[in-house]
Amino acid sequence: MQDQDLIPHLFRTEHRKMISVLCKRFGMENIQVAEDIVSDTFLLAAESWGLKGMPNNPTAWLYAISKNKAKDVFKHLAVFTNKIAPKLHQDAAENQPLEIDWSLKNIHDSQLTMMFAICHSSISTEAQIGLSLNLLCGFGVDEIADAFLSNRETIYKRLSRAKEKLKAEKVKIELPSGSEINQRLDRVMTTLYLLFSEGYYSTSQNQTLRKELCIEAMRLTLMLIDDPRTDLPAANALLSLMCFHSSRFDARINALGDLILYEEQDEKLWNNELIGKGQYYLNRSSRGSEISKYHLEAAIA
Amino acid sequence: MNEFLLIFRRETRKEDNIPPSPEQIQAMMKPWQDWLAVLSAKDHLVSSGNQLAHEGKVIKPNNLVTNGPYVEIKEAIGGYIIIQAVSIEAAAELSKDCPILSVGGSVEVRQIVPMD
Repeated sequence: MQDQDLIPHLFRTEHRKMISVLCKRFGMENIQVAEDIVSDTFLLAAESWGLKGMPNNPTAWLYAISKNKAKDVFKHLAVFTNKIAPKLHQDAAENQPLEIDWSLKNIHDSQLTMMFAICHSSISTEAQIGLSLNLLCGFGVDEIADAFLSNRETIYKRLSRAKEKLKAEKVKIELPSGSEINQRLDRVMTTLYLLFSEGYYSTSQNQTLRKELCIEAMRLTLMLIDDPRTDLPAANALLSLMCFHSSRFDARINALGDLILYEEQDEKLWNNELIGKGQYYLNRSSRGSEISKYHLEAAIA
Repeated sequence: MNEFLLIFRRETRKEDNIPPSPEQIQAMMKPWQDWLAVLSAKDHLVSSGNQLAHEGKVIKPNNLVTNGPYVEIKEAIGGYIIIQAVSIEAAAELSKDCPILSVGGSVEVRQIVPMD
């Protein structure tokens, strides 16, 4: 990998993991703190790596630094809290040794539960998509603004308000229990579906960005399927639908960026691997008797 | 030639600022590499120093140990390098290109007392 791509690449893959893990550990009310810690860690990386060269394992470096920062920040917060509100003394966990679990399992778990937290009913669908992009896909304010054909101030305010709301509602970062999981999963899938559509049908001129939106939507859906608790037929059908659609990504747009109708598309440009995957997930989705709208749409696609 | 310690201090990001994008962060790395490369090419660089973690303790007489200085305090030292130059003026001149200045930080230049 080229050096100049390294930080953006790490940002894409690690930002969301670090945010999810920290938020799960410290609660949604500290989302701003978590974001600041991650942001500061990346800033320090730019300076430190510029001066001293690359660490052997950049990801481990990021995890270790953000953990130390978290330790520092929360220790300080605890002192502050104890001084201004002695009653909170017992609640402040300042004396517990702070451990942050960077195991693959916890990283995966944190992202999955974060997905459910974001899709809480207290915030609008628009904001849910924005937050998903921001927190789970590592998209910056500018990119989200571009995807929504909006300006960065509007998006920034929308994201901030949504985060405030999640804080105020004290949304728990956890997987809902048994019966509720289906209901919440519906919202999660709607958001993922819209996220995908945003990329597939959006009017944004930025082709790379649109493709990335689709890829991110598929990645998050795959995450649902990877977990036995959320590996439900409807989720498989949704991923199948996304695979079928994206298999035609290259065929549906000509060199001028105009749309080409299905009948006129060059079938050689269809991506057979994705078609195969689509069929695979469609088959998996046929377990059980439940038929979702995604089943029907996938079958048509 | 005398040796000088350059101490970097950086203010933390203001809370309501929009965080920088990954591309912007990546772009911040280059000036550091370039600045060090120039210092090194002109044989000014003695040591590329170290970055310091935020956590710290201060030890005072009578076994008094306090935590800090905390990151919010502007005086917290973020890192240092050692360069060589003919005079403190020349060292200060070399520090004017330090990338920390473009993000609201500062550089303190201190001559290291020679032992011979």
